[in-house]
Amino acid sequence: MLDKNGIAKRIAKEVKDGYYVNLGIGIPTLVANFVRDDINVEFQSENGVLGMGPFPFEGEEDADIINAGKQTITTLNGASFFDSATSFAMIRGKHVDLTILGAMEVSETGDIANWKIPGKMVKGMGGAMDLVASAENIIVAMMHTNRAGESKLLKRCSLPLTGVGCVTKIVTNLAVIEVTQDGFKLLERAPRVSVDEIKAATEGTLIIGEEVPEMTL
Amino acid sequence: MISKKVTDVKEALKGIKDGMTFMLGGFGLCGIPENAIAELVESNIKDITCISNNAGVDDFGLGLLLHKHQIKKMISSYVGENEEFERQMLSGELEVELTPQGTLAEKCRAAQGGFPAFYTPAGYGTEVAEGKETREFNGKMYVLEEAFNADFAFVKAWKGDEAGNLIFKGTARNFNPCMCGAAKITVAEVEELVPAGELDPNQIHIPGIFVQRIFQGKDYEKRIEQLTVRKKQY
Repeated sequence: MLDKNGIAKRIAKEVKDGYYVNLGIGIPTLVANFVRDDINVEFQSENGVLGMGPFPFEGEEDADIINAGKQTITTLNGASFFDSATSFAMIRGKHVDLTILGAMEVSETGDIANWKIPGKMVKGMGGAMDLVASAENIIVAMMHTNRAGESKLLKRCSLPLTGVGCVTKIVTNLAVIEVTQDGFKLLERAPRVSVDEIKAATEGTLIIGEEVPEMTL
Repeated sequence: MISKKVTDVKEALKGIKDGMTFMLGGFGLCGIPENAIAELVESNIKDITCISNNAGVDDFGLGLLLHKHQIKKMISSYVGENEEFERQMLSGELEVELTPQGTLAEKCRAAQGGFPAFYTPAGYGTEVAEGKETREFNGKMYVLEEAFNADFAFVKAWKGDEAGNLIFKGTARNFNPCMCGAAKITVAEVEELVPAGELDPNQIHIPGIFVQRIFQGKDYEKRIEQLTVRKKQY
């Protein structure tokens, strides 16, 4: 079974040379720590920066340079700043190659719910609806089940949707799953996790091939 | 040169009235018009509608206006950092229209550029699209979103000149340029106001035509919401 860093490490393998990548808050943010250093990748943050670097050194933080999580950041050589409309033109116009975000639920048809629990949390969708509606390559990073032990990979989402039919891949603490026309296709197992365990934790239709390899990190 | 310079924040906010709709730049607390917000609090204006990506924190930014119950309605994309906001929203005291961030920016830009509405894929199939016209283009579904209609836009820039030309810094740019010229009157506050001719026309982010009033801001706190740093390795 993987922890949050393990999920991030596995997703980092999906990041290819030359990609512009948008990372959501939570596990997706950790992905930046595991991207191979022999490839060139630029991270976009929807509040208006491309070419995000690591956190600043103590005392060198600048209140005018933050990421979408409102954290102080730095920029790398080749970075640029821009306004919010331009930022979403990059996203909506499909100029960003890969979007990685968290989710509360994903359905077997690729619907995603990650912004609202009715009557409970009121936070808003931020840029998530724009991101999922536009990107062609969307990877969801999440735990396979919620705190109550219930599956987050469902036939249909029960929570208000963020987008429909948009998720292409899911990496959880248990497995790597591709969303296909026929349902969730099990691609890889996490280390020391059996197919039966994944099956038990997945409510939606799970397609299992003859051999499901254990993932390499 | 057509001068847009006004003496202070009081003159800059002349004409604000109860019940008006305001646009306010900023992302989190980054690039917010601190002086204009302080003056709105001071003015005791009420029943206002605020178009702003976020709603500040409990004791800073738009949180100051929320605390005094001056806001009737908020149009935002994310309001997670503000407990008072959440309380007022859940109790029904505050009307909230949550809007996808890219749609929010584009509703400003549409107003700035003279488009009454536009189609976006964001929110299709979700509750955001309920009651809105949808249409298919090249096999994909889109939602019709209308431009904002605001009375004032309050923006913050790094540098500006008397002609109203603006230059922004870092990610404090965010929604500010999109809101310039998107309301009936745009008020820009800047950290450094210089005479016309001192800024290089090649470096201007927003031309002065989009700005009606500009003033030298003061006492910027520029609060950091999430201080994240790493230790220097020696």
